[in-house]
Amino acid sequence: MFELRNRAEASRFWAAASPALALLITVAIGMGIFVALGKDPVQGLQVFFWEPIKSSYAISELLLKATPLLLIAVGLAVCFRSNVWNIGAEGQYIVGAIAAGGVALMATPDTSGWIVVPILLAAIAGGMAWGGIVALLRDRFNANEILVSLMLVYVAVQLLQYMVYGPWKDPNGYNFPQTKTFESATQIPKLMGGSRVTIGLLLALAGAGGMWVYLYRTRAGFAQQVGGMAPAAARYAGFSARKGLWTALLISGGFAGLAGGLEVAGPIGQLTPYVPAGYGFAAIIVAFVGRLHPAGAVLSALLMSMFYIGGELAQSRMGLPKSITGVFQGLLLFSLLACDMLIAKQITWRRAQ
Amino acid sequence: MTTPQLQLTGIVKAYPAVVANDGVSLTVYPGEIHAVLGENGAGKSTLMKIIYGAIKPDAGELRFQGKVVHIKDPREARALGIAMVFQHFSLFDTISVAENVWLGLDAKLSLTQVRQAIVDKATAYGLDIEPDRPVHTLSVGEMQRVEIIRALLTNPKLLILDEPTSVLTPQAVVKLFVVLRQLAAEGCSILYISHKLHEIRELCTACTVLRGGKVTGTCNPQVETNESLSRLMIGAEPPALPPRAHNNGGVVLKVTQLNLPALDHFGTHLDGINFEVRAGEIVGIAGVSGNGQAELVRALSGEDVRASSASITLSGLDMAHLLPMRRRELGVHLVPEERLGRGAVPAVDLAHNLLLTRDEAVGTGGWIHGPTLLAQASEIIRTFGVKAGGPKAAAQSLSGGNLQKFIVGREIGANPKMLIVSQPTWGVDVGAAAQIRTAILALRDAGCAVLLISEELDELFELSDRLLVIAKGHISPSLNRADASVEVVGAWMSGLWTTETNHV
Repeated sequence: MFELRNRAEASRFWAAASPALALLITVAIGMGIFVALGKDPVQGLQVFFWEPIKSSYAISELLLKATPLLLIAVGLAVCFRSNVWNIGAEGQYIVGAIAAGGVALMATPDTSGWIVVPILLAAIAGGMAWGGIVALLRDRFNANEILVSLMLVYVAVQLLQYMVYGPWKDPNGYNFPQTKTFESATQIPKLMGGSRVTIGLLLALAGAGGMWVYLYRTRAGFAQQVGGMAPAAARYAGFSARKGLWTALLISGGFAGLAGGLEVAGPIGQLTPYVPAGYGFAAIIVAFVGRLHPAGAVLSALLMSMFYIGGELAQSRMGLPKSITGVFQGLLLFSLLACDMLIAKQITWRRAQ
Repeated sequence: MTTPQLQLTGIVKAYPAVVANDGVSLTVYPGEIHAVLGENGAGKSTLMKIIYGAIKPDAGELRFQGKVVHIKDPREARALGIAMVFQHFSLFDTISVAENVWLGLDAKLSLTQVRQAIVDKATAYGLDIEPDRPVHTLSVGEMQRVEIIRALLTNPKLLILDEPTSVLTPQAVVKLFVVLRQLAAEGCSILYISHKLHEIRELCTACTVLRGGKVTGTCNPQVETNESLSRLMIGAEPPALPPRAHNNGGVVLKVTQLNLPALDHFGTHLDGINFEVRAGEIVGIAGVSGNGQAELVRALSGEDVRASSASITLSGLDMAHLLPMRRRELGVHLVPEERLGRGAVPAVDLAHNLLLTRDEAVGTGGWIHGPTLLAQASEIIRTFGVKAGGPKAAAQSLSGGNLQKFIVGREIGANPKMLIVSQPTWGVDVGAAAQIRTAILALRDAGCAVLLISEELDELFELSDRLLVIAKGHISPSLNRADASVEVVGAWMSGLWTTETNHV
């Protein structure tokens, strides 16, 4: 008979090994799904884990998709560590994209490439503003931030629809709900020729690095985390809970907004109703799989990006629906939650009495 | 010879990190009040939980009334006739006494029957309890009575009490002892867990002493002395406290007409609080918990800044509205009652826990200087003899006493002008408690003003130069220690000083 026992102290080994085991379980179940669907499981594995890294172009696509995931996840990690449950990064991403798009639309053919700076600043401000609404409602009216942030996603979607169906619709766009393609000056600079990866990747890595410094090397970052781990200790120390709330939501909103700006002024190049790609929700999984740690987020963002690309390839190569991506993401999160049990508990075998 | 009510032989319970019980044997006869004495972490709680069926032993034999038993869970223990009153009560605040007892009962009875049973038991044992009162209106002593009645309703043959007097006034302790003696006279065996030596000597007729999971002696406490018992318990005499003279300086902390409405339904209003603490003196505040101590501490530390202007001053400076950080800059430090979760962040290492109240390792821009922080933590660990895996050990990995030594060390190390200490030795073993008290006295001799909030009268009488009593959010007039007696302070703890002061 298997028995679960509490460990004397949390296992460091399982804290590190649990994501790896979760990945293995995800792969195993995923292969089972391929078999059940009558597909070749080995080909399925190849599509998800080999195709995305087999050529330098494939890798660059992987990095391209990992960029917004990493940015949003790093912001969310700070938020979740502060015990602030921002589920609406998707909305902050969209508003960041709208704000960036607004600035990009002002560009003319003579505009200098430096317009990228105000575009990205507008994106950050847009995301912060959307996150700030959540902070305000929670601070002022004690509204539940989970519900409020989630519902604001749908408001953001409506706002985007309004802009692309209304005032910002491209007059020469055959009545398609989209803005005109942004001027080439607004393009976020590419990292290298022949790929779509932009300096956004560097910004995301720098963001992760900066967040690590903030969390582990500054008192403000420490105070922010104490507020999440032990609110009474934070009050005792005099770390303000309100400040923690605002900081968490402004940081995660800003990061999500920046991700949105990098997408519309980068690979997308215009505002369309298809800007929301679910990165804001996927990044929640990225943040948790990455243990709410900036370095962990880098690895898990790559993994999640693989699932995105794998899902698209599975659609074209194997005739599977694209939603297979969501299935894999969900499997990974659930496996991780299950495996995390091993950190605090151990399984022992006991002979039945 | 009579059959023992309970006989344990060679009980072993090992956890991955520690052997909690190492071949423990214990014999309790019918009608005996048997003390289990030991420091924190000596294995008392584990042993009691084994008897109560909450933990299974790895080895050893448990005989109840002569028969070998394997107690599967507490329900089975209760069916055998074993009842336990825990240190922390398990009562629902919002429902009545009778409903609480009803919920916890294994037998199927109607609420009316339970109500009647409570009244019957209460009358039989002289326990004063009203079955229809909601639990949140009860004092801690009354809550304990509810727990005892709940235990008595199962007609136990063995009653286990875990530190029952830690929350009681001296008068309530006397009442409790009467009940326990009556129970024993009726043949019920009582296991009485405590570290209060004088209580054990007064009440118990047998005693088993545990240290580090092993039995270090069994004796009749009534023929032992405090010294001989504590030698068995800690293996050495507690270090004697140094002698001292009372020479105080100017007023440091002055509280004038402090009124503060309670933050929630279950809190206490502070009402017209006046007192002062001078440099170089220790002022003790006695009182049963829940009489406004927590509210007063929060108002003094800055965790609650609702106090009206100038009601709290430090050396003449109004600090009623200052935040905790500003107050610490002025030299006001606090050792809070709750160590884990307030005094320290459980999952964070000791070094980083310094950052809650100390900023020597914080440079410009809030940059943390790691090596300074580690050195600082190591220094506290060394000076206060904190048993820990080092400055990087998580706060939650330390025992209560060691973490408390670290927190006290952290606050004293800041060279405070005013130190507020709340329950400094609550749940701390004798050795660590003596060390903490010595440190507090040394701080006072160095000229710091100390406010000591405690429920332990022994501690208050040992440390304080002056004593105050808090009851129902009011503060009593000040008593010099020489003029204070346990009887007076005990009476004042029920709020009975007003009439006396009217005559002064």
